[in-house]
Amino acid sequence: MVTLKELNTPMKIVWCPGCGNFGILSAFKSAIIELGLEREQIVIVSGIGCHGKIVDYVNTNGFHGIHGRVLPLATGIKLANPKLTVIGFAGDADCYDEGWDHFCHAARRNVDITLIVHNNMILGLTTGQTTSTSQPGFKTKSTPFGAISPSLNPIANAIVSHATFVARGFSGDPKHLQSLIVEAIKHKGFSYIDVFQPCVTFNYLNTFEWFRKRIYKLEDHEVTDKWKALEKSLEWGTRIPIGIFYKEERPTYREHLPHVKSKSLSMMSIADMDISEIIETLM
Amino acid sequence: MKVNDFSILIGGEAGAGIARSGFLFAKACMRGGLHVFCTIDYQSLIRGGHNFYIARISGEEVYSQLDHVNLIVALNAETVMLHKKDLSSNGGIIYDPADISPDSQNFQQEKLKLYSIPLKKIVRDKLKETQLVIRNTVALGTVFSLLKYDLIFSEEIIKDIFKPKVAEINLKAVRAGFEFAEEHFEKNFEYRLRKIENAEKRIFLNGNEAIGLGAIKAGCKFYAAYPMTPSTGLLHFMAANERKQNMIVIQPEGEIAAINMAIGAAFAGVRAMTATSGGGFCLMSEGLGMAGMTEMPIVINVAQRQGPSTGLPTYSAQADLRFILHASQGEFPRVVIAPGDIEECFYETMQAFNWAEKYQLPVIILTDKYLLESYTSIKPFNTKRMKIERGSIITGIYKGDEKYKRYEITATGVSPRALPLTKRAIVRTSANEHDEYGFTTENPEMTTKMIDKRIRKLVYLSRELEERNIATTKFYGHARGREATLISWGSTKGPILEAIKLLNRENIVVNYLQIIYLQPFPKNKVENVLDKAKKTIIVENNKTSQLSSLIREYTLRDSDYKILKYDGRPFDPGYLSQKIKEII
Repeated sequence: MVTLKELNTPMKIVWCPGCGNFGILSAFKSAIIELGLEREQIVIVSGIGCHGKIVDYVNTNGFHGIHGRVLPLATGIKLANPKLTVIGFAGDADCYDEGWDHFCHAARRNVDITLIVHNNMILGLTTGQTTSTSQPGFKTKSTPFGAISPSLNPIANAIVSHATFVARGFSGDPKHLQSLIVEAIKHKGFSYIDVFQPCVTFNYLNTFEWFRKRIYKLEDHEVTDKWKALEKSLEWGTRIPIGIFYKEERPTYREHLPHVKSKSLSMMSIADMDISEIIETLM
Repeated sequence: MKVNDFSILIGGEAGAGIARSGFLFAKACMRGGLHVFCTIDYQSLIRGGHNFYIARISGEEVYSQLDHVNLIVALNAETVMLHKKDLSSNGGIIYDPADISPDSQNFQQEKLKLYSIPLKKIVRDKLKETQLVIRNTVALGTVFSLLKYDLIFSEEIIKDIFKPKVAEINLKAVRAGFEFAEEHFEKNFEYRLRKIENAEKRIFLNGNEAIGLGAIKAGCKFYAAYPMTPSTGLLHFMAANERKQNMIVIQPEGEIAAINMAIGAAFAGVRAMTATSGGGFCLMSEGLGMAGMTEMPIVINVAQRQGPSTGLPTYSAQADLRFILHASQGEFPRVVIAPGDIEECFYETMQAFNWAEKYQLPVIILTDKYLLESYTSIKPFNTKRMKIERGSIITGIYKGDEKYKRYEITATGVSPRALPLTKRAIVRTSANEHDEYGFTTENPEMTTKMIDKRIRKLVYLSRELEERNIATTKFYGHARGREATLISWGSTKGPILEAIKLLNRENIVVNYLQIIYLQPFPKNKVENVLDKAKKTIIVENNKTSQLSSLIREYTLRDSDYKILKYDGRPFDPGYLSQKIKEII
């Protein structure tokens, strides 16, 4: 079983001191240890943004991809080899802006992968511009007169897109987040956690303090009730819920493929493929 | 009388079953030992408009359509209007008097034969069917009667391709058409088809199917693609074979997802492929660059059609060569292979997977509508000819003393590739510049080393191509003393080979260089041919002669002449031979 030390890499962490990403990093490592996973069976995939550097900071297999494409990459990996535990990390701009079209389809498809979105409601690595989860009126260098459009609601979107595990965490509460990550990885199908992850350098509005004042943990919430989940997902303002919103058991994409079932495509012998039957049909 | 040298055009509205009927006719001819080439012309719509199918039948091998056809089956009036100019002087037209009343006065063809047959009436009254599309099969029966070709082959095919109930109707229909012709038409049609005894068994397929077969034979287990003409046929073929061949074939939300899924699958260790046309490839460009940077073996079939932008969505072109060679930012190695016929589609696809894995890079199979959607009868593939070469792959347990380096700097630039799940190996990859372990770096020395490493792979690949004498080009004809040397790439090969046959009949002898590898470019082989050529003529389906500029880039030599066509339609051999004669 892997230890915390073995999960560390020699890379120097270059997130800003106090960055919300630290909470996600520690919660994730602890979750891996709690789950008893081996490093070689895990693949983490990240996109572009401050979050993307996480591939350098966790000593498992990893793929630091390009902006917005975490989900199709993770999907390809998992479909090819279901024996791998595939966890995607994305930022809010990465997943909800550039890669938004992949989000609802990944939810619908229900490939057995986990998506963790570092949602700081701002573009950090490009030095502070608005994203689709920024609050309306939010002033940044790209929106000096304030963001115009209402914020995207990714939780509600995930629910109506048939995601089978929808949760929200807070990087200021890594213990709680760890439990969500453990549940998400254990879940069979597409599991998704949006994580409030304050950007201490550029987001002057949505700070740790701002979140602490508002968030509360979902308790006595029926996670299999879609209407209730949707109702909770719309709650925003003075009180913002975190925890598991919705959960259901639905066959994964691969379970709809009786010919491959849980077989790894990468383990199949390809040395002498037989195409004679197809050739026969062309005669 | 002409025996076993015949072309037919079946024309009508979209949705009238033109392609099905053409397919039926062609396959019936092939089963009788004849050689067949077929091409279809259709518009980007589902109903209405004008579609036509040309099938050329011969006693010897054929590589393309000709400029003329000998018989037209006109399922609407437009077919006659549009194609009467394509009819040979002693040709004929089969038509339904309910649709058309062609007047032989209006035709230039002196010995034109008009075959009036009440197709719809036969369907309705004799066959008691409501499905109008059955008339096509009635017309085919008539065609076989005129050609004096045994009905047995079409009956066999009908039984093979239709479900029993539908087959029964079609069998009745083909006989009805045959009998009507026997009863009503003079037996003086100039053209005859005769079966060839003891002919070798052949297969009948198009470029999409040949590429699909090549991919399956190569062990492709993951295919992700979004529909786009003319690559869609490959998606259909792969999907149809998904379960029997233990593949995963997926149609995701778009081309960006498709290429990223393929890259993900390749990372996991699976031979993965995608396909699209120019517009979709625009979207894939970022993914292509990531495959280059992360050194992921993927194969992409880019099926050209006439652009720019949406252009002519269902017509052919060769105008994306420069785009394919340069797509995506930065410098990284890629292989670009352009098969010129159905056989090459199969073998080059197999080869593409080998290069992709052996050198860990993206390989593009550059094709076009004309190649992918035209059918040819060919000898079944020699499936033993090409071996699977996967290059350096580590699975199971990594036994190295040091920590595994996914991007180890080696002499050839190729690093041993551990697949995720290999014990004791952490496989880390990054689209950012990275060090040997796959960790992000911005270090100038490491950046230089890594770019050198990736580009070096192409140098070694080029060397292997030469050492193993891989057919990166093909040469037809004798090197010296010829009147001109034609040079082309891709699907122009078929019409060129036919044009050469026509020229030979007039004792005009030209030779022909087909360039198959566009990257790495076979500079030496091309130079050798240029050295001996009297005149060079570049033949391409584009406006700016992109191959000429490529040859100039590598050899510092201009071509002497160019024959270019960019109206979406392939060259006809007669037109091409005429142009060549004008130059000579």
